[in-house]
Amino acid sequence: MTETTDLPVTPRGGLDPVPGEWRRVSPRYIWVDLVGSIISGLAATAAATIPFWVTQFAVLLAIPAAVLVVALIVAAFTPRRVRAIGYRLRDDDLVVRRGIMFQRFAAVPYGRMQLVDINRGPLARALGLAELKLVTAAAASNITIPGLPMADAEQLRDRLVELAESRRAGL
Amino acid sequence: MTGSDVAASASAVDLADGEWHRLHPATPLLRGGFAFVAIAGFVLANLRERILGLFLGGGPGDGAGGDPIELIVRRGLIPLALVVVLLVLIVIVVVFWLSWRVHSFRITDELVEVRSGILFRTNRRGRLDRIQGINISRPLFARLFGAARLDVNVAGHDANVQLAYLSGRNADALRRLILQRASGSREPGGAAAPLEHDGSLGGMVTQRAREFVAPELDPQLAPPESVVTMHAGRLLGSTVLHDRTIIFVLLVIAAAVLAAAAHLFVVLFGVVPALLGVGSQIVRRFSRSLRYSIAATPDGVRVGYGLLSTNNDTIPPGRIHSVEIRQPLLWRPADWWEVRINVASHSDRQEGGRRSSTILPVGSRAEVFKVLELVLPGIVGDGSRELVVAGLARAVAGDGYTGSPRRAAVLRWFSWRRNGFALEPEAVLLRRGAIWRSLIAVPTARMQSVSLRQGPLLRMLRLADVHVHTVAGPIRAVLDDLDAAVAAGFFRDVAAGAVAAARRENVAHVANRARWQGMSRSHE
Repeated sequence: MTETTDLPVTPRGGLDPVPGEWRRVSPRYIWVDLVGSIISGLAATAAATIPFWVTQFAVLLAIPAAVLVVALIVAAFTPRRVRAIGYRLRDDDLVVRRGIMFQRFAAVPYGRMQLVDINRGPLARALGLAELKLVTAAAASNITIPGLPMADAEQLRDRLVELAESRRAGL
Repeated sequence: MTGSDVAASASAVDLADGEWHRLHPATPLLRGGFAFVAIAGFVLANLRERILGLFLGGGPGDGAGGDPIELIVRRGLIPLALVVVLLVLIVIVVVFWLSWRVHSFRITDELVEVRSGILFRTNRRGRLDRIQGINISRPLFARLFGAARLDVNVAGHDANVQLAYLSGRNADALRRLILQRASGSREPGGAAAPLEHDGSLGGMVTQRAREFVAPELDPQLAPPESVVTMHAGRLLGSTVLHDRTIIFVLLVIAAAVLAAAAHLFVVLFGVVPALLGVGSQIVRRFSRSLRYSIAATPDGVRVGYGLLSTNNDTIPPGRIHSVEIRQPLLWRPADWWEVRINVASHSDRQEGGRRSSTILPVGSRAEVFKVLELVLPGIVGDGSRELVVAGLARAVAGDGYTGSPRRAAVLRWFSWRRNGFALEPEAVLLRRGAIWRSLIAVPTARMQSVSLRQGPLLRMLRLADVHVHTVAGPIRAVLDDLDAAVAAGFFRDVAAGAVAAARRENVAHVANRARWQGMSRSHE
C-alpha cells in the first residue's frame, strides 16, 4: 500500500494525540491541491477587486493584494500540508489527521461507518488519484482521505467495508 | 362522516397482516381540509348577502348588479349553472374517491409500505428494524372525525413513512404493534381490541367526545402516568422569563422608540415580520406545552404535546443520540431547566404536529432527573447522579469534571471554570457555559466519531477543542478550549469508549440479526 513513514509533518507545539506510524497519501496529490488552491486563490482575488470597481477608490486595491498574499502563502505551504495528511487503521477504528496551522484529528469506529465513497476529480483522475470519503450517521464527522492511488483507494475501501461489516452496529 | 366506521371495523391486527389496506375514508378531505374549508368560507362570505336575501325575502335585484351571479340570474342560466356546479362537485368527489382508492398501505413483519398517487405514483417503504420513533398526531380538523396520523420515522432526513389518516383507535393499536415488531417480539401480546361502540348515533357521538378529550386515543393503551406534570403557572412564568421572550420585548421597545422618537416608521416594516415570527414561536411553545406529558411505556418513551392539535411521540429505547439540559439565564433563581434531545430522524412536516426536539419544556431539578432516567436509562444511575448534579452547578474543585486551565480565561471570560468534561463508561458529559448553563450527555453507544482540533490561536495558548459527533440535531456536542494535553487524552479516551460501546452493541446486534434472518427465512 502507500508508503509508511515514522511521522508525517507535525508542527512544533502541535497536537499528537496518538503517536506512532501514520500512512501518508501520494506526493502527487500536492499537484492536485496546488492547482485547487491556485484557482480558488485567483477567484478570491478577483472577487476582492469588486469594491474597487464599484467605488474607484485606489485604496481598496489593498484588499485583493492582501487576499493574493494569503493565497500565495497557502499555495506555498501545500507540500507541507499534504505531507501532514495521514491515516491509520487501528484494531477497531480509523484515525485520520490533517492540517498544520489548523490541525484536525478524527477517529471513527469501523462499526459506525455507513458507507465509503470514492470520488475522483478531473485532475486527480489524470494523476491516477482518488479521494476516499467515509460517511457516518453524523454529518459533522466529515472524514475524507484525499490523494490515494486508485488501486490503494479501492483496496482500502474494500478493507474498510469488510471491517465495517464485521463490526456492524446500529446507528 | 359515517364512512369512518368502515376503517374502524377492521382491527389493528388485521391491518398489519401484510396485505394492502386503505386509509380512513375521510383522508382526502382531511389532507386538503384547510384548503376546502378556506374555499367554502370564501364562497360563503361572498354569497352572504344573497343567501340572507333569499331567506329574508329580499329581491336579488337590490344589489349593484354586474357580479357573475346577477348575470346568471338575469339571463336565465340557472339550470346551466347548477349543472356546472354539479359537474365540478362530481369531479371533486371522483378524484377524492380515486385518490383514496389508490392510497394504500401494508405492514408486514419486516416493513411498512405506503403507495399513493393517481397520475404520479409514489411508493415508500421503511424497514421496521430501522425505526427511530413513531409519532401519532391529530390535527384539530382530523380530531373532529376521530382520525389520526401515524408517522413511522426511519433514520435519515425526511425519512418518515406516513399513514394519514387512520381511525384514531387503530392508530394507537398499530403503533403498539409496529413497535413490538420493531423490537423483535412477534407475539401480539394481547393486542388491544379496538373499542366497540354500540353503533347508535348517540353512542358514536359520545365516543367522539371521549376521544376528543382523552389525551391517549385508547384508554387501554394509556401509559401508567406522566412522570412530570406541567403546571400552567410555571409554564407561564418560564415563558415570560425565557430568553426568547426577553429578546421579543426588547425588540418591541426598540421598534417603538425608533418609530416614535425618530419617526422612522420604515423600521416597522423590517421589524414586524421578525416580531411575528418570534411571537408565534413563543405562543406555540406555550400552547403546545400546556398538555405536555412524558411517560415510560414498554415500547419506549412517550412524549405528548398539544392542546387543540395533539401530538404523541414514541421513541424506542436506544434511539436518543444526545441529551442537553440547559437553562435560560433568568430561570436560575427558580431552578428551572429545559431538556432537549438529538434523534436520528428528522421529518419535514408542513402541518401542525412537528416532532419536537424539546423533550421537557420546563421542569424543576427533580423533574429533570425523572426525565433523564427515562431517556438515558442506566446512564444516570446512582453513581453518575452526582456528576449530573455537579454538571448543573457552579464548578467546584474535585467535582468530577476536568476543566479548562486558567489561561483559557482569555477566550472564555466567565465560563472557563465550568467548561469541562467527565467520562463515564456509558456516557460522555460535557459541561458548558457560566451565564447560560448547559450540560450535554452523549451515550457512548450512540457516538459516531470524535475529532480534536487546534488552530494557531489555540496553539499559542496550548489549548484544543474536542468535538463528539452525533446525528444532526439542535445539540452540538463540542467542548472548546481544553488544555492541549488533556484534550488529546480525552480524544483518546472517547475514541476508545466509542469502540468499546460499538463492540458491545455489535454482539447484541449479531444476535438480533441472526434472529431476524431466521425469522424471514421461516416466513418465506
